[in-house]
Amino acid sequence: MTNTLHRYGSAESFNDDYIVFASPSNGKNDVDSIPKLKKFLEMALPFKPVNIGDPVHGGALRPSRELRTSANWKRDFSPDFRAVIDGIDEPASVVAIFDNQPAAEQFLKVVAEADLGLSVNMSASVEGAEECCKFAGITRHSVGYSLGFEGTTEKLPNTQILTLATMCGHGMISSSLAKKMIDWVKEGRRTPEEAVTYMSRFCSCGVFNPARAKRVLEEARKKME
Amino acid sequence: MKINPDKCVACGNCTYVCPMGAIYVDPVIKRATINRDECVECYACYNGLSVEHMNPPLVRIVRKILHLGRVRFDPEPDVCPTAAFEPDELQWPRVVRRAFSDPRATHKSTGVQGRGTEEVKTNDVTHRVKPGEVGFTIEFGRPGVGVWLRDIQKMTCALAKAGVAFEKKNPFTLLMTDVTAGTLREDVLNEKVMSAIVEIKVGVERTEEIIELVHRVEKEVDTVVSLGVGTRCDEHGEENVIAPILKRLGYKIERAKTNMGLGKITNPVEAQGTEQEIEENREEQDGKIR
Repeated sequence: MTNTLHRYGSAESFNDDYIVFASPSNGKNDVDSIPKLKKFLEMALPFKPVNIGDPVHGGALRPSRELRTSANWKRDFSPDFRAVIDGIDEPASVVAIFDNQPAAEQFLKVVAEADLGLSVNMSASVEGAEECCKFAGITRHSVGYSLGFEGTTEKLPNTQILTLATMCGHGMISSSLAKKMIDWVKEGRRTPEEAVTYMSRFCSCGVFNPARAKRVLEEARKKME
Repeated sequence: MKINPDKCVACGNCTYVCPMGAIYVDPVIKRATINRDECVECYACYNGLSVEHMNPPLVRIVRKILHLGRVRFDPEPDVCPTAAFEPDELQWPRVVRRAFSDPRATHKSTGVQGRGTEEVKTNDVTHRVKPGEVGFTIEFGRPGVGVWLRDIQKMTCALAKAGVAFEKKNPFTLLMTDVTAGTLREDVLNEKVMSAIVEIKVGVERTEEIIELVHRVEKEVDTVVSLGVGTRCDEHGEENVIAPILKRLGYKIERAKTNMGLGKITNPVEAQGTEQEIEENREEQDGKIR
């Protein structure tokens, strides 16, 4: 999938966005891969990821099918990493997101040493990924470049909305919701932390980066394009 | 997807969460309504909204009283208070919308394998893109614009005319009736999806030609196009072939996906697919494919 490749932003804006994912491949290494996928995420926890997830069940913040009405006043906004790991029951890519390069580097090194046999990728700025590989002693196998958005780009929203909405590459975070959250933060109706959790719940695979989203909302609060 | 009018209280929360902007509150019936032409069956409303099970008539009365008093109604923005969304039993060809829009859609029910593709993500075990080759992922409709499949056909026909090979294991290729002509099934052309990825592979020497072709044809397509270019690194982990071409073409490469080369073929032989696939796996393990 290309769901983490085409995030909007400059290389500098990816300084707090390092996505590391492990993928089994059908017919190659998918048999008995579930314990390895769980181990991959377990190994990520000491490095304090800002989100983890899988494409079948979602990220560390998920919507509820049985919300109590009292949630409108008192709601749990804390991510549940344990639920993500325990819930993995299919061979599918799992992902850990970090908001700083040292954590991503250290994690990558540990993953390489663990020799899980799964394909491991990093989605980040080109330089950021290269430096992480160098630190972990990894020789890159392949690289996929994003050439950005082309075509009828006049249909795209402004850059702050685009930055937020493209953090779910599957497109589950709508531009309208991203704009609404920017507006609510500007109005003081919600904090950036709260706004970020609302958006996180729509990301169906956990690649949304709450730390980067919070920064974007803080910047947007002071200035709207 | 449908909204149960007996349950909907027209709170409007869902109008914001629809990536296609296909939900609106109908002023006549005073209920949230889905524009079926624009809905791509992505299920963002159903899967993403948290759900309360409040009594709809009671909620309507409370909202009416608050409205009369001009009191601002301020619910949690990611909640459907009355569980009004109900999935449809989708039939062909509409089911194609969901297959290419809902990341959690299972391909078993559709015969189409979702919209995702492994591209270079598992290249260390699949060797999908070999040295001297370049893989293109041409994605239409993302972010948040959507695309009609008839529009993508313009690109696939142009690519086929240029003699490129479409990736066999890509779900969009499965919609083609003739890969040598790039034509899609007639009955899916008028379906709109969140996004779809056309995946091709050519020799490195054709990189510039393909990018120019995509540039030319995308002008005829009324949506956004995201172009990804994947290639192999050399034995030192360096990539000095494609990046210089892209820079020469004026691209500022901000982001990339890097395959670390840590994957291994670990499945027992009997779980490696067809005889041909088993043979390919054996060659990969022996290092014959580099």
